[in-house]
Amino acid sequence: MGFSPTAARSGLMSCHACHLLSPIPPLSSEGEAICPRCGATLHLRKPNSISRTWALLIAAYILYIPANLLPVMTVISFGKGEADTILSGVKELIHAGMMPIALLVFFASITVPVLKLLALTYLLLSVQYKSQWRPRERTKLYRMTEVVGRWSMIDIFMISILIALVKLDAVATIEPGPGAISFAAVVILTMFAAMSFDPRLIWDSIEEKT
Amino acid sequence: MAAVHTLIACHECDLLHRMHPLHYGERAKCSRCGASLYAKKRDSFEHTIILALASLIFFTIANVFPFMTFELNGRVQESLLSTGVKEFFDREMWALGVLVLCASILFPALKILGMLYVLGPLELNKRPWHAALVFRMVEHCRTWAMMDVYLLGVIVAVVKLSDLANLVPGVAIYSFVALILTLAAADSALDIHAVWEKMEKIS
Repeated sequence: MGFSPTAARSGLMSCHACHLLSPIPPLSSEGEAICPRCGATLHLRKPNSISRTWALLIAAYILYIPANLLPVMTVISFGKGEADTILSGVKELIHAGMMPIALLVFFASITVPVLKLLALTYLLLSVQYKSQWRPRERTKLYRMTEVVGRWSMIDIFMISILIALVKLDAVATIEPGPGAISFAAVVILTMFAAMSFDPRLIWDSIEEKT
Repeated sequence: MAAVHTLIACHECDLLHRMHPLHYGERAKCSRCGASLYAKKRDSFEHTIILALASLIFFTIANVFPFMTFELNGRVQESLLSTGVKEFFDREMWALGVLVLCASILFPALKILGMLYVLGPLELNKRPWHAALVFRMVEHCRTWAMMDVYLLGVIVAVVKLSDLANLVPGVAIYSFVALILTLAAADSALDIHAVWEKMEKIS
């Protein structure tokens, strides 16, 4: 069986900021260990990774409902207002024949957040049940989740540009809606959730078995 | 401690690796999970500093000059990069205002200034005050600076308005695109391990 020389097994901890290895301080020591090179707090694993990620993820699931039901913006032209949700914004782009942009928005605002929520849920469950299945692929899934998350902000930035450009009082105005706040919160919460998840836990459960 | 210095742990799966000297342009990957461990870059300090200085110039232009002009029935509306933030604040939607301000202006600015603050003196063999703290902040800004995403937001907004009104791009938009490119180049020129090692040597 492959004995894997990990930092933790060798009595070392790796600094998450500068990657310097330091000996694990004795267990009795209260307070935090500090990286001698960069001053960041040292942890063997991210603190309370699983419960913290669950908390952020559940909050994101809850906010995902208003994010999709409430309007993210309202277009007012000649006194008539029309509210747009995330999904109706995509539909409108399809009707206007702007398929590539519609696909881009659909991918960033609907596909990515949903896949991110599901991927993090799966990763958490797989770690909790000490899954042995394809650790390398699961690490890759985590890496993708971390990188791709920020692209969901496209819609929020689009709204910020629209309200800045279109403000001709009676003729045409665009007002942000309450759904925008919920949606932005979902994106930020899932980004924090991805950050608080520790992919090393995937490999820890593999090593426990070997 | 000397032995520890030749080792590196993968930050994604914790496997220990012995560090080997690399050739320029090479990258070391974790043998177990495939995460990238470290890379060696040519003239990293000089290149990063020059690209960060260029970013600083583009950043200034992007924020000072008009971003886009909106024309409808003879009425003209000009906006800056920061107008969206101001509009959110005017409507008392603070959270969104702060979010857009941080992602498109504040974090990119902190990142550029932080890079220059740390790398400039290090290149001259001086260790700036609180260098480690500032450089850790630069690394955090990497995630939260979202100018590239913002640019896609601009494109979607322009497409949405294209049949409603006439849009004229301003100088700031071109500068913003240039800023995204120079800052991405600065990022890839930056050799993080070299920075920490140099900081350690000088202290």
